[in-house]
Amino acid sequence: MPSSRALSAHRLNILRATAFLAGLLPLALLVHGYYTETLSVNPLDDITDTTGTWTLRFLVVTLAVTPLRKLTGWGQLARFRKMAGLFAFFYGSLHLLTYLYFDKFFFWEDIVQDIPQRRFILVGFTAWVLMLPLAVTSYSKITSWMGGRRWRMLHRTVYVIGVLGVVHYYWLVKFDTFRPIVYGVLIGVLLAYRLGAWIVQRRRMNDAAGRTA
Amino acid sequence: MIIRTPDDIPSSEITPEGLYYNRREWLAAAGIAALGTVVSGGAVAQEQPRWPQGKKGPFDVDEKVNTFREITTYNNFYEFGTDKGDPAENSGDFRPVPWSVRVDGHVGKPGTYTLEDVLKGMSLEDRIYRMRCVEGWSMVIPWQGFQLSSFLRRVEPTSKAKFVAFETLLRPEEMPGQRRSVLEWPYVEGLRMDEAMNPLVLLSTGLYGRPLLNQNGAPLRLVVPWKYGFKSIKSIVRITLTEREPPTSWNIAAPSEYGFYSNVNPDVDHPRWSQRTERRIGEFGKRRTLPFNGYAEQVAQVYAGMDLTKHF
Repeated sequence: MPSSRALSAHRLNILRATAFLAGLLPLALLVHGYYTETLSVNPLDDITDTTGTWTLRFLVVTLAVTPLRKLTGWGQLARFRKMAGLFAFFYGSLHLLTYLYFDKFFFWEDIVQDIPQRRFILVGFTAWVLMLPLAVTSYSKITSWMGGRRWRMLHRTVYVIGVLGVVHYYWLVKFDTFRPIVYGVLIGVLLAYRLGAWIVQRRRMNDAAGRTA
Repeated sequence: MIIRTPDDIPSSEITPEGLYYNRREWLAAAGIAALGTVVSGGAVAQEQPRWPQGKKGPFDVDEKVNTFREITTYNNFYEFGTDKGDPAENSGDFRPVPWSVRVDGHVGKPGTYTLEDVLKGMSLEDRIYRMRCVEGWSMVIPWQGFQLSSFLRRVEPTSKAKFVAFETLLRPEEMPGQRRSVLEWPYVEGLRMDEAMNPLVLLSTGLYGRPLLNQNGAPLRLVVPWKYGFKSIKSIVRITLTEREPPTSWNIAAPSEYGFYSNVNPDVDHPRWSQRTERRIGEFGKRRTLPFNGYAEQVAQVYAGMDLTKHF
Protein backbone atom coordinates (compact mmCIF):
# COMPACT_ATOMS: atom_id res chain seq x y z
CA MET A 1 0.00 0.00 0.00
CA PRO A 2 1.69 3.20 -1.12
CA SER A 3 2.25 5.49 1.76
CA SER A 4 0.49 8.79 1.34
CA ARG A 5 1.74 9.67 4.77
CA ALA A 6 5.43 9.64 3.78
CA LEU A 7 7.15 12.46 5.57
CA SER A 8 9.72 14.63 3.89
CA ALA A 9 13.31 13.68 4.63
CA HIS A 10 13.64 16.79 6.76
CA ARG A 11 10.58 16.02 8.88
CA LEU A 12 11.66 12.41 9.23
CA ASN A 13 15.03 13.44 10.54
CA ILE A 14 13.45 15.71 13.12
CA LEU A 15 11.27 12.82 14.21
CA ARG A 16 14.27 10.53 14.44
CA ALA A 17 16.22 13.03 16.49
CA THR A 18 13.26 13.44 18.83
CA ALA A 19 12.90 9.70 19.17
CA PHE A 20 16.59 9.42 19.95
CA LEU A 21 16.38 12.02 22.69
CA ALA A 22 13.25 10.39 24.03
CA GLY A 23 15.12 7.11 24.23
CA LEU A 24 17.79 8.72 26.36
CA LEU A 25 15.26 10.32 28.65
CA PRO A 26 14.86 7.38 31.05
CA LEU A 27 18.61 7.38 31.62
CA ALA A 28 18.66 11.15 32.12
CA LEU A 29 15.85 10.91 34.66
CA LEU A 30 17.63 8.12 36.46
CA VAL A 31 20.90 10.03 36.71
CA HIS A 32 19.02 13.13 37.80
CA GLY A 33 17.14 11.13 40.41
CA TYR A 34 20.35 9.67 41.74
CA TYR A 35 22.09 12.99 42.20
CA THR A 36 19.08 14.78 43.65
CA GLU A 37 18.50 11.84 46.00
CA THR A 38 14.94 11.42 44.82
CA LEU A 39 15.34 7.76 44.06
CA SER A 40 14.51 5.47 46.95
CA VAL A 41 16.90 4.93 49.84
CA ASN A 42 18.19 1.93 47.90
CA PRO A 43 19.15 3.71 44.67
CA LEU A 44 21.27 0.88 43.30
CA ASP A 45 18.22 -1.36 43.26
CA ASP A 46 16.26 1.38 41.50
CA ILE A 47 18.94 1.71 38.84
CA THR A 48 18.97 -2.04 38.27
CA ASP A 49 15.19 -2.13 38.14
CA THR A 50 14.78 0.87 35.83
CA THR A 51 17.44 -0.17 33.33
CA GLY A 52 15.95 -3.66 33.22
CA THR A 53 12.42 -2.39 32.73
CA TRP A 54 13.47 -0.13 29.86
CA THR A 55 15.29 -3.00 28.19
CA LEU A 56 12.02 -4.91 28.14
CA ARG A 57 10.07 -1.89 26.99
CA PHE A 58 12.36 -1.23 24.07
CA LEU A 59 12.20 -4.89 23.13
CA VAL A 60 8.42 -4.60 23.04
CA VAL A 61 8.68 -1.47 20.90
CA THR A 62 11.10 -3.22 18.54
CA LEU A 63 8.74 -6.15 18.11
CA ALA A 64 5.76 -3.82 17.66
CA VAL A 65 7.22 -1.81 14.79
CA THR A 66 6.50 -4.27 11.98
CA PRO A 67 2.89 -5.02 13.02
CA LEU A 68 2.30 -1.27 13.39
CA ARG A 69 3.85 -0.59 10.03
CA LYS A 70 1.59 -3.15 8.37
CA LEU A 71 -1.50 -1.88 10.17
CA THR A 72 -0.93 1.79 9.46
CA GLY A 73 0.76 1.47 6.07
CA TRP A 74 3.37 3.95 7.21
CA GLY A 75 6.54 2.44 5.73
CA GLN A 76 8.91 4.90 7.30
CA LEU A 77 8.27 3.33 10.68
CA ALA A 78 10.81 0.69 9.76
CA ARG A 79 13.62 3.17 10.38
CA PHE A 80 12.64 3.28 14.03
CA ARG A 81 12.97 -0.39 14.56
CA LYS A 82 16.73 -0.26 14.43
CA MET A 83 16.79 2.61 16.91
CA ALA A 84 14.46 0.82 19.30
CA GLY A 85 16.50 -2.37 19.06
CA LEU A 86 19.71 -0.53 19.80
CA PHE A 87 18.13 1.21 22.78
CA ALA A 88 17.09 -2.19 24.09
CA PHE A 89 20.71 -3.29 23.80
CA PHE A 90 21.88 -0.03 25.40
CA TYR A 91 19.67 -0.34 28.46
CA GLY A 92 20.35 -4.08 28.63
CA SER A 93 24.06 -3.37 28.75
CA LEU A 94 23.61 -0.74 31.46
CA HIS A 95 21.53 -3.26 33.38
CA LEU A 96 24.27 -5.87 33.08
CA LEU A 97 26.95 -3.35 34.08
CA THR A 98 24.91 -2.41 37.13
CA TYR A 99 24.90 -6.03 38.21
CA LEU A 100 28.57 -6.57 37.42
CA TYR A 101 29.67 -3.45 39.23
CA PHE A 102 27.25 -2.65 42.02
CA ASP A 103 26.42 -6.19 42.91
CA LYS A 104 29.67 -7.95 42.22
CA PHE A 105 32.28 -5.19 41.99
CA PHE A 106 33.76 -6.94 39.00
CA PHE A 107 34.84 -9.90 41.13
CA TRP A 108 34.98 -12.23 38.18
CA GLU A 109 35.36 -15.43 40.21
CA ASP A 110 32.17 -14.53 42.09
CA ILE A 111 30.39 -13.64 38.87
CA VAL A 112 31.41 -16.83 37.09
CA GLN A 113 30.12 -18.79 40.08
CA ASP A 114 26.94 -16.77 40.43
CA ILE A 115 25.66 -16.86 36.86
CA PRO A 116 25.01 -20.59 36.53
CA GLN A 117 23.82 -20.87 40.14
CA ARG A 118 21.06 -18.34 40.00
CA ARG A 119 18.90 -19.32 37.09
CA PHE A 120 17.32 -15.90 36.65
CA ILE A 121 20.80 -14.41 36.19
CA LEU A 122 21.74 -17.15 33.71
CA VAL A 123 18.63 -16.45 31.65
CA GLY A 124 19.21 -12.70 31.75
CA PHE A 125 22.85 -13.03 30.83
CA THR A 126 21.97 -15.33 27.92
CA ALA A 127 19.47 -12.76 26.66
CA TRP A 128 22.16 -10.10 26.66
CA VAL A 129 24.70 -12.32 24.94
CA LEU A 130 22.14 -13.01 22.22
CA MET A 131 21.59 -9.27 21.78
CA LEU A 132 25.28 -8.70 21.07
CA PRO A 133 25.42 -10.07 17.50
CA LEU A 134 22.18 -8.26 16.72
CA ALA A 135 23.64 -4.97 17.88
CA VAL A 136 26.87 -5.51 15.98
CA THR A 137 25.12 -6.48 12.74
CA SER A 138 22.84 -3.45 12.85
CA TYR A 139 25.82 -1.44 11.64
CA SER A 140 24.85 -0.79 8.01
CA LYS A 141 28.13 -1.87 6.41
CA ILE A 142 27.86 -5.26 8.13
CA THR A 143 24.19 -5.52 7.22
CA SER A 144 24.95 -5.16 3.52
CA TRP A 145 27.86 -7.57 3.77
CA MET A 146 25.61 -10.16 5.38
CA GLY A 147 22.87 -9.91 2.80
CA GLY A 148 19.18 -9.60 3.53
CA ARG A 149 18.31 -13.23 4.01
CA ARG A 150 21.07 -14.09 6.47
CA TRP A 151 20.51 -10.86 8.37
CA ARG A 152 16.79 -11.55 8.71
CA MET A 153 17.43 -15.06 9.97
CA LEU A 154 19.89 -13.82 12.61
CA HIS A 155 17.57 -11.09 13.74
CA ARG A 156 14.75 -13.49 14.35
CA THR A 157 16.63 -14.22 17.58
CA VAL A 158 14.90 -11.14 18.96
CA TYR A 159 11.89 -13.34 19.74
CA VAL A 160 14.01 -15.62 21.90
CA ILE A 161 15.53 -12.58 23.59
CA GLY A 162 12.07 -11.20 24.38
CA VAL A 163 10.96 -14.47 25.94
CA LEU A 164 14.19 -14.82 27.94
CA GLY A 165 13.77 -11.27 29.20
CA VAL A 166 10.29 -11.99 30.49
CA VAL A 167 11.39 -15.26 32.13
CA HIS A 168 14.31 -13.42 33.77
CA TYR A 169 11.92 -10.87 35.23
CA TYR A 170 9.40 -13.51 36.31
CA TRP A 171 12.03 -15.52 38.14
CA LEU A 172 13.55 -12.61 40.01
CA VAL A 173 10.45 -10.95 41.50
CA LYS A 174 9.73 -11.92 45.07
CA PHE A 175 6.10 -12.77 44.56
CA ASP A 176 4.15 -10.13 42.70
CA THR A 177 4.32 -11.49 39.16
CA PHE A 178 1.87 -8.95 37.75
CA ARG A 179 4.44 -6.85 35.88
CA PRO A 180 6.41 -9.75 34.38
CA ILE A 181 3.13 -11.24 33.22
CA VAL A 182 2.12 -7.95 31.56
CA TYR A 183 5.36 -7.97 29.55
CA GLY A 184 4.83 -11.64 28.85
CA VAL A 185 1.41 -10.95 27.40
CA LEU A 186 2.66 -8.03 25.31
CA ILE A 187 5.53 -10.02 23.86
CA GLY A 188 3.29 -13.06 23.48
CA VAL A 189 0.75 -11.08 21.45
CA LEU A 190 3.47 -9.61 19.23
CA LEU A 191 5.03 -13.03 18.74
CA ALA A 192 1.64 -14.50 17.90
CA TYR A 193 1.10 -11.77 15.34
CA ARG A 194 4.43 -12.44 13.66
CA LEU A 195 3.83 -16.17 13.71
CA GLY A 196 0.41 -15.64 12.16
CA ALA A 197 1.86 -13.36 9.50
CA TRP A 198 4.53 -15.92 8.70
CA ILE A 199 1.96 -18.73 8.37
CA VAL A 200 -0.17 -16.61 6.05
CA GLN A 201 2.86 -15.76 3.96
CA ARG A 202 3.88 -19.42 3.67
CA ARG A 203 0.40 -20.37 2.63
CA ARG A 204 0.40 -17.70 -0.07
CA MET A 205 3.76 -18.93 -1.33
CA ASN A 206 2.53 -22.51 -1.43
CA ASP A 207 -0.63 -21.47 -3.26
CA ALA A 208 1.42 -19.50 -5.78
CA ALA A 209 3.76 -22.48 -6.24
CA GLY A 210 0.73 -24.72 -6.57
CA ARG A 211 -0.77 -22.56 -9.32
CA THR A 212 2.39 -22.40 -11.41
CA ALA A 213 3.06 -26.11 -11.07
CA MET B 1 -9.24 5.90 94.82
CA ILE B 2 -6.65 8.14 96.41
CA ILE B 3 -5.36 10.65 93.93
CA ARG B 4 -1.82 11.47 94.79
CA THR B 5 -0.72 15.04 94.49
CA PRO B 6 2.78 15.76 93.15
CA ASP B 7 4.02 16.38 96.72
CA ASP B 8 3.16 12.82 97.70
CA ILE B 9 5.27 11.14 95.03
CA PRO B 10 8.75 10.37 96.31
CA SER B 11 11.60 11.26 93.96
CA SER B 12 12.64 7.61 93.82
CA GLU B 13 9.47 6.82 91.93
CA ILE B 14 10.05 9.36 89.25
CA THR B 15 11.11 7.57 86.12
CA PRO B 16 14.51 8.83 85.08
CA GLU B 17 14.66 10.63 81.79
CA GLY B 18 16.39 9.00 78.92
CA LEU B 19 15.42 5.61 77.70
CA TYR B 20 12.15 5.14 79.48
CA TYR B 21 8.81 6.75 78.65
CA ASN B 22 5.68 6.55 80.71
CA ARG B 23 2.52 5.12 79.29
CA ARG B 24 0.53 8.34 79.37
CA GLU B 25 3.15 10.30 77.44
CA TRP B 26 3.28 7.54 74.86
CA LEU B 27 -0.48 7.41 74.39
CA ALA B 28 -0.61 11.17 74.04
CA ALA B 29 2.17 11.05 71.47
CA ALA B 30 0.42 8.20 69.68
CA GLY B 31 -2.75 10.23 69.50
CA ILE B 32 -0.89 13.18 68.06
CA ALA B 33 0.99 10.96 65.65
CA ALA B 34 -2.26 9.38 64.51
CA LEU B 35 -3.74 12.83 64.06
CA GLY B 36 -0.62 13.92 62.25
CA THR B 37 -0.96 10.95 59.96
CA VAL B 38 -4.53 11.96 59.16
CA VAL B 39 -3.58 15.54 58.49
CA SER B 40 -0.48 14.81 56.45
CA GLY B 41 -2.04 11.92 54.56
CA GLY B 42 0.51 9.43 55.77
CA ALA B 43 3.43 11.54 54.59
CA VAL B 44 6.71 10.84 56.25
CA ALA B 45 8.35 13.35 58.55
CA GLN B 46 11.59 14.00 56.74
CA GLU B 47 13.59 15.40 59.59
CA GLN B 48 15.62 13.03 61.66
CA PRO B 49 14.11 12.98 65.17
CA ARG B 50 16.41 13.75 68.04
CA TRP B 51 16.30 10.88 70.42
CA PRO B 52 18.33 9.76 73.39
CA GLN B 53 21.52 8.35 71.95
CA GLY B 54 22.71 7.26 75.33
CA LYS B 55 24.89 4.44 76.41
CA LYS B 56 24.41 1.23 74.44
CA GLY B 57 22.21 -1.27 76.27
CA PRO B 58 22.87 -5.02 76.45
CA PHE B 59 20.59 -5.66 73.47
CA ASP B 60 21.94 -2.93 71.22
CA VAL B 61 24.14 -3.61 68.24
CA ASP B 62 27.13 -1.38 67.90
CA GLU B 63 26.49 -0.32 64.32
CA LYS B 64 25.41 2.82 62.53
CA VAL B 65 21.66 3.27 62.85
CA ASN B 66 19.72 3.86 59.65
CA THR B 67 18.07 7.23 59.23
CA PHE B 68 14.44 7.87 59.99
CA ARG B 69 13.84 8.54 56.30
CA GLU B 70 15.37 5.21 55.29
CA ILE B 71 13.34 3.29 57.84
CA THR B 72 10.03 4.98 57.03
CA THR B 73 10.19 5.19 53.22
CA TYR B 74 11.50 1.75 52.28
CA ASN B 75 9.06 -0.85 53.46
CA ASN B 76 7.61 -4.20 52.55
CA PHE B 77 4.01 -4.00 53.72
CA TYR B 78 1.97 -5.50 50.92
CA GLU B 79 -1.28 -4.46 52.61
CA PHE B 80 -0.45 -1.03 51.19
CA GLY B 81 1.08 -2.07 47.87
CA THR B 82 4.04 -4.11 46.71
CA ASP B 83 6.52 -1.38 45.85
CA LYS B 84 8.89 -0.21 48.55
CA GLY B 85 7.54 3.32 48.49
CA ASP B 86 3.88 2.22 48.52
CA PRO B 87 3.39 1.83 52.29
CA ALA B 88 4.55 5.39 53.00
CA GLU B 89 2.43 6.72 50.13
CA ASN B 90 -0.71 4.65 50.58
CA SER B 91 -1.13 4.27 54.33
CA GLY B 92 -2.55 7.74 54.87
CA ASP B 93 -6.10 6.50 55.35
CA PHE B 94 -5.14 3.90 57.89
CA ARG B 95 -6.43 4.49 61.44
CA PRO B 96 -4.25 2.84 64.09
CA VAL B 97 -6.40 4.34 66.85
CA PRO B 98 -8.59 2.91 68.40
CA TRP B 99 -6.92 -0.48 68.50
CA SER B 100 -7.45 -3.73 70.29
CA VAL B 101 -5.77 -7.11 70.34
CA ARG B 102 -7.70 -10.34 70.78
CA VAL B 103 -5.82 -12.85 72.89
CA ASP B 104 -7.10 -16.42 72.75
CA GLY B 105 -6.13 -20.04 72.51
CA HIS B 106 -4.38 -21.87 75.33
CA VAL B 107 -4.19 -18.97 77.76
CA GLY B 108 -5.48 -18.43 81.26
CA LYS B 109 -6.44 -14.82 80.55
CA PRO B 110 -8.06 -14.64 77.11
CA GLY B 111 -9.96 -11.54 76.04
CA THR B 112 -9.88 -8.41 74.00
CA TYR B 113 -7.13 -6.08 75.18
CA THR B 114 -7.19 -2.46 74.13
CA LEU B 115 -3.84 -1.01 73.28
CA GLU B 116 -3.82 0.69 76.66
CA ASP B 117 -4.47 -2.67 78.34
CA VAL B 118 -1.63 -4.24 76.38
CA LEU B 119 0.75 -1.53 77.54
CA LYS B 120 -0.36 -1.64 81.18
CA GLY B 121 2.64 -2.27 83.36
CA MET B 122 4.98 -2.73 80.42
CA SER B 123 8.05 -0.50 80.45
CA LEU B 124 9.04 0.68 77.01
CA GLU B 125 12.67 0.31 76.08
CA ASP B 126 14.72 1.48 73.14
CA ARG B 127 16.69 -1.28 71.45
CA ILE B 128 18.92 -1.02 68.41
CA TYR B 129 18.46 -4.18 66.35
CA ARG B 130 19.58 -5.41 62.96
CA MET B 131 16.81 -6.26 60.52
CA ARG B 132 17.52 -8.46 57.50
CA CYS B 133 15.02 -8.80 54.69
CA VAL B 134 14.86 -12.09 52.83
CA GLU B 135 15.35 -10.10 49.62
CA GLY B 136 18.96 -9.34 50.57
CA TRP B 137 18.98 -5.87 52.15
CA SER B 138 19.21 -4.88 55.79
CA MET B 139 18.91 -2.00 58.20
CA VAL B 140 19.73 -1.14 61.80
CA ILE B 141 16.62 0.12 63.54
CA PRO B 142 16.15 1.73 66.97
CA TRP B 143 12.92 0.04 68.01
CA GLN B 144 10.89 1.02 71.01
CA GLY B 145 8.79 -1.60 72.74
CA PHE B 146 8.61 -4.25 75.41
CA GLN B 147 9.51 -7.91 75.57
CA LEU B 148 6.90 -10.26 74.16
CA SER B 149 7.74 -12.61 77.02
CA SER B 150 6.46 -10.06 79.55
CA PHE B 151 3.14 -9.84 77.77
CA LEU B 152 2.85 -13.59 77.34
CA ARG B 153 3.45 -14.15 81.03
CA ARG B 154 0.58 -11.81 81.80
CA VAL B 155 -1.87 -13.83 79.70
CA GLU B 156 -0.77 -17.08 81.36
CA PRO B 157 -0.10 -19.66 78.66
CA THR B 158 -1.25 -23.15 79.65
CA SER B 159 0.88 -26.29 79.28
CA LYS B 160 -0.77 -26.92 75.90
CA ALA B 161 0.61 -23.70 74.44
CA LYS B 162 3.47 -24.73 72.16
CA PHE B 163 3.31 -21.92 69.59
CA VAL B 164 2.31 -18.29 69.41
CA ALA B 165 0.29 -17.24 66.37
CA PHE B 166 -0.18 -13.63 65.24
CA GLU B 167 -2.62 -12.01 62.87
CA THR B 168 -2.68 -8.63 61.14
CA LEU B 169 -5.74 -6.47 60.65
CA LEU B 170 -8.03 -7.11 57.69
CA ARG B 171 -9.42 -3.77 56.59
CA PRO B 172 -9.30 -3.38 52.79
CA GLU B 173 -11.09 -0.04 52.92
CA GLU B 174 -8.02 1.42 54.65
CA MET B 175 -5.39 -1.00 53.32
CA PRO B 176 -5.64 -0.83 49.51
CA GLY B 177 -3.19 -3.67 48.93
CA GLN B 178 -5.66 -6.05 50.54
CA ARG B 179 -8.05 -5.55 47.63
CA ARG B 180 -5.73 -7.77 45.58
CA SER B 181 -4.91 -11.28 46.73
CA VAL B 182 -1.18 -10.94 46.17
CA LEU B 183 -0.95 -12.76 49.51
CA GLU B 184 -3.80 -14.39 51.37
CA TRP B 185 -5.24 -11.89 53.82
CA PRO B 186 -5.12 -11.36 56.71
CA TYR B 187 -1.35 -11.76 57.11
CA VAL B 188 -0.45 -14.39 59.67
CA GLU B 189 2.77 -15.37 61.40
CA GLY B 190 3.95 -17.54 64.22
CA LEU B 191 6.77 -18.50 66.53
CA ARG B 192 7.58 -21.54 68.58
CA MET B 193 7.00 -20.93 72.29
CA ASP B 194 10.70 -20.99 73.19
CA GLU B 195 11.45 -18.55 70.35
CA ALA B 196 8.64 -16.25 71.52
CA MET B 197 9.93 -16.24 75.10
CA ASN B 198 13.44 -15.26 74.05
CA PRO B 199 14.32 -11.85 75.55
CA LEU B 200 15.20 -10.52 72.10
CA VAL B 201 11.62 -10.67 70.84
CA LEU B 202 9.83 -7.36 71.13
CA LEU B 203 6.32 -6.12 70.74
CA SER B 204 7.16 -2.73 69.33
CA THR B 205 5.09 0.43 69.49
CA GLY B 206 7.63 2.87 68.18
CA LEU B 207 10.99 3.65 66.69
CA TYR B 208 13.35 6.56 67.06
CA GLY B 209 11.53 7.37 70.26
CA ARG B 210 8.28 8.03 68.41
CA PRO B 211 5.14 5.97 67.90
CA LEU B 212 5.20 3.80 64.80
CA LEU B 213 4.12 5.37 61.56
CA ASN B 214 1.50 3.42 59.61
CA GLN B 215 4.03 2.09 57.14
CA ASN B 216 6.08 0.51 59.94
CA GLY B 217 3.16 -1.47 61.34
CA ALA B 218 1.32 0.94 63.63
CA PRO B 219 0.34 0.73 66.38
CA LEU B 220 1.79 -2.63 67.44
CA ARG B 221 4.15 -5.00 65.67
CA LEU B 222 6.52 -7.85 66.36
CA VAL B 223 10.31 -7.66 66.10
CA VAL B 224 12.25 -10.92 65.79
CA PRO B 225 15.71 -9.76 64.78
CA TRP B 226 17.33 -13.12 64.05
CA LYS B 227 14.76 -14.09 61.45
CA TYR B 228 14.00 -12.64 58.04
CA GLY B 229 11.98 -9.46 58.27
CA PHE B 230 8.69 -10.90 57.04
CA LYS B 231 8.40 -12.82 60.34
CA SER B 232 8.13 -9.50 62.19
CA ILE B 233 4.43 -9.16 61.61
CA LYS B 234 2.90 -5.70 61.62
CA SER B 235 -0.33 -4.12 62.90
CA ILE B 236 -1.20 -7.04 65.15
CA VAL B 237 -4.86 -7.60 66.07
CA ARG B 238 -4.75 -11.14 67.39
CA ILE B 239 -2.40 -13.31 69.42
CA THR B 240 -3.35 -16.97 69.76
CA LEU B 241 -1.49 -19.60 71.71
CA THR B 242 -1.71 -22.88 69.84
CA GLU B 243 -0.73 -26.46 70.24
CA ARG B 244 0.19 -27.02 66.59
CA GLU B 245 2.53 -25.06 64.36
CA PRO B 246 0.45 -22.19 62.97
CA PRO B 247 0.30 -21.23 59.28
CA THR B 248 2.46 -18.32 58.13
CA SER B 249 1.61 -16.18 55.11
CA TRP B 250 4.82 -16.45 53.12
CA ASN B 251 4.97 -20.17 53.68
CA ILE B 252 1.44 -20.44 52.34
CA ALA B 253 2.39 -18.34 49.32
CA ALA B 254 5.61 -20.17 48.42
CA PRO B 255 6.34 -23.15 50.67
CA SER B 256 9.57 -24.11 48.90
CA GLU B 257 10.98 -20.62 49.42
CA TYR B 258 9.81 -19.47 52.87
CA GLY B 259 9.80 -21.84 55.78
CA PHE B 260 8.25 -21.54 59.23
CA TYR B 261 11.55 -20.81 60.92
CA SER B 262 13.20 -18.53 58.32
CA ASN B 263 16.21 -17.90 60.50
CA VAL B 264 18.77 -15.67 58.81
CA ASN B 265 21.29 -18.17 57.49
CA PRO B 266 24.03 -17.45 54.94
CA ASP B 267 24.45 -21.19 54.39
CA VAL B 268 20.90 -21.77 53.24
CA ASP B 269 20.14 -20.06 49.96
CA HIS B 270 16.75 -18.97 48.81
CA PRO B 271 15.92 -21.27 45.86
CA ARG B 272 16.31 -18.37 43.44
CA TRP B 273 19.00 -16.23 45.04
CA SER B 274 21.90 -16.50 47.44
CA GLN B 275 21.71 -15.41 51.10
CA ARG B 276 25.46 -15.07 51.55
CA THR B 277 25.55 -11.31 51.32
CA GLU B 278 23.29 -8.35 51.94
CA ARG B 279 23.18 -4.69 51.12
CA ARG B 280 22.94 -2.45 54.20
CA ILE B 281 20.71 0.41 53.16
CA GLY B 282 22.81 3.56 52.96
CA GLU B 283 25.97 1.63 52.10
CA PHE B 284 27.46 1.15 48.70
CA GLY B 285 29.05 -2.24 49.14
CA LYS B 286 27.74 -5.58 50.19
CA ARG B 287 28.28 -7.25 53.54
CA ARG B 288 28.56 -10.86 54.52
CA THR B 289 25.32 -12.06 56.11
CA LEU B 290 25.79 -13.37 59.64
CA PRO B 291 24.24 -16.57 61.00
CA PHE B 292 21.08 -15.65 62.92
CA ASN B 293 21.70 -12.08 61.73
CA GLY B 294 24.49 -11.77 64.28
CA TYR B 295 22.37 -12.99 67.20
CA ALA B 296 23.82 -16.51 67.32
CA GLU B 297 25.04 -16.03 70.88
CA GLN B 298 21.53 -15.30 72.07
CA VAL B 299 19.51 -17.77 70.03
CA ALA B 300 21.62 -20.56 68.56
CA GLN B 301 20.92 -22.83 71.53
CA VAL B 302 17.19 -22.69 70.78
CA TYR B 303 17.91 -24.71 67.62
CA ALA B 304 20.45 -27.13 69.06
CA GLY B 305 20.19 -30.42 67.23
CA MET B 306 17.91 -29.06 64.51
CA ASP B 307 18.82 -29.44 60.86
CA LEU B 308 18.47 -25.82 59.79
CA THR B 309 18.68 -26.68 56.08
CA LYS B 310 15.66 -28.90 56.44
CA HIS B 311 13.87 -26.55 58.82
CA PHE B 312 14.59 -23.39 56.88
